Amino acid sequence: MARAVTTQHKTIATLAAWIVALLIFFPILYTIITSFKSEQEAIQGFNLIPSGTFESYSEVQQQSGYFKFFFNSVLLSVGSTILALIVAIPAAWSMAFSPTRRTKDILMWMLSTKMMPAVAVLFPIYLIFRDSGLLDSRIGLMVMLMLINLPIVVWMLYTYFREIPGEILEAARMDGASLWNEIIYVLTPMAVPGIASTMLLNIILAWNEAFWTIRLTTTNAAPLTAFISSFSSPQGLFWAKLSAASTLAIAPILIMGWFSQKQLVRGLTFGAVK
Amino acid sequence: MATQQTRSLARFMMAPSVILLFVWMIVPLAFTLWFSFQQYNPLNPIRDGFVGFSNYALFYSNPAFLYSILNTLTIVVSVLIITVVGGILLAMLLDQPMWGQGIVRILVISPFFVMPPVAALVWKNMIMHPQYGVFADIARFFGGEPIDWFGQHPLTAIIIIVAWQWLPFATLILLTSLQSLDGEQKEAAEMDGAGFLSRFWYLTLPHMSRAITVVILIQTIFLLSVYAEILVTTNGGPGYASTNLPFLVYQKALLEFKIGQASAGGVIAVILANIVAFFAMRAVGKNLDK
Repeated sequence: MARAVTTQHKTIATLAAWIVALLIFFPILYTIITSFKSEQEAIQGFNLIPSGTFESYSEVQQQSGYFKFFFNSVLLSVGSTILALIVAIPAAWSMAFSPTRRTKDILMWMLSTKMMPAVAVLFPIYLIFRDSGLLDSRIGLMVMLMLINLPIVVWMLYTYFREIPGEILEAARMDGASLWNEIIYVLTPMAVPGIASTMLLNIILAWNEAFWTIRLTTTNAAPLTAFISSFSSPQGLFWAKLSAASTLAIAPILIMGWFSQKQLVRGLTFGAVK
Repeated sequence: MATQQTRSLARFMMAPSVILLFVWMIVPLAFTLWFSFQQYNPLNPIRDGFVGFSNYALFYSNPAFLYSILNTLTIVVSVLIITVVGGILLAMLLDQPMWGQGIVRILVISPFFVMPPVAALVWKNMIMHPQYGVFADIARFFGGEPIDWFGQHPLTAIIIIVAWQWLPFATLILLTSLQSLDGEQKEAAEMDGAGFLSRFWYLTLPHMSRAITVVILIQTIFLLSVYAEILVTTNGGPGYASTNLPFLVYQKALLEFKIGQASAGGVIAVILANIVAFFAMRAVGKNLDK
């Protein structure tokens, strides 16, 4: 672009954008700040400078065993994502490389399962889980999260795999590469970035899933979503502790999210916006 | 290249995904449909049995039903308007040359990664609390009365929270679309003397139309089933003022154990979602062709 940008224009844009961005980020920022206050400080009105105490953090861990929930969140989000990838990679692969007339219909149908409202099947799922002893079990919830995100995983992988040129396979075959060599040396390196992006986005989605993770767990398998929801009952004023717990719950995924902006757009729009 | 062998291999590779999703879709739905015609109460099993459409009649005649449908639609439509209009404006602002664009983007996108219960709790306690919230501090600073958001304007409060969560998503997608707009086209329009408004109307907006469609469709799917935000803040109250359809079904099923009615509500939710899905699929399908 050869358009000359005046410094004035740039200054105004910068100023406006920063103000808006800070306003949008403010609730998160204020939560982080409050987490470093003492409980007295936290309710003494608006104040952006905390005393810098860590007492809320240690209390959150001591009183409610934060790390157990954190561990469950990691296990559930990573576990369900790996499960989903195992199931989805072959499917997306075959749809991308040997599409048939029905491929598009199958993809559409998969997407449509995502539109079923969770509450509609809450009770049947609850019953199935109860009767098979899966309530509050990590395995049950992992499978659940896998099923919920499977359509998105298939779709994302499909849009990535489709961009791998088919000719390169033929070329490798002409050069006498065996199927195994073809997979290891030609396909894998080209597919890994797409798989990694899919994985990243899916971990974020699974980490933040807040319906089934709250309803199907009590203590054992409860991840951070359930842990945080337990703070909603009015049990007195624990602003600083609530902030510390919230900060801990969102920090890992916030950082992961910052790295996955591009994939997010692509993944959540099913490749329609890149 | 598609020999019989590769074709059956392809089918074999697809089978796990297709079968899993099929079972996941059909089995619970069949159960729900079955329960919607049954009287079923796990606490009081004596009167259980087939009751025809009376669950639907009961659910429908419940005053909460009308509220819940209205609230569901209000949440969806309000959040869509706020996020799409706000998203377009924000995307255009972020598309300007500026210092620290990367950091600004990170700040703006952040709320999307905050899990719903945290978002709701933070807004409920830190921002909107009538005593200790920042809004109350601001109101007092200007000598006004703090607003009891969740007591007086529960639905508005929830809409604000949900819009805060989804505005980043809309902005990010619209910004991505905006950045793919050809700079030369913009310049040409400028040279032809097109003003800012007409450039926006005839060039930018049509270019973003596909992204806008996608934003609306995807958000609608998620907005129809807002749940954690309500659970954590108002619990559907006061009265039914902030109860949406998912929340009403949850209350019937797991709090009142009226499984039949809850299932009837679930079936209604499915129908509602399907109407939306019908349009969603067509639009996404069109995009796939391009």
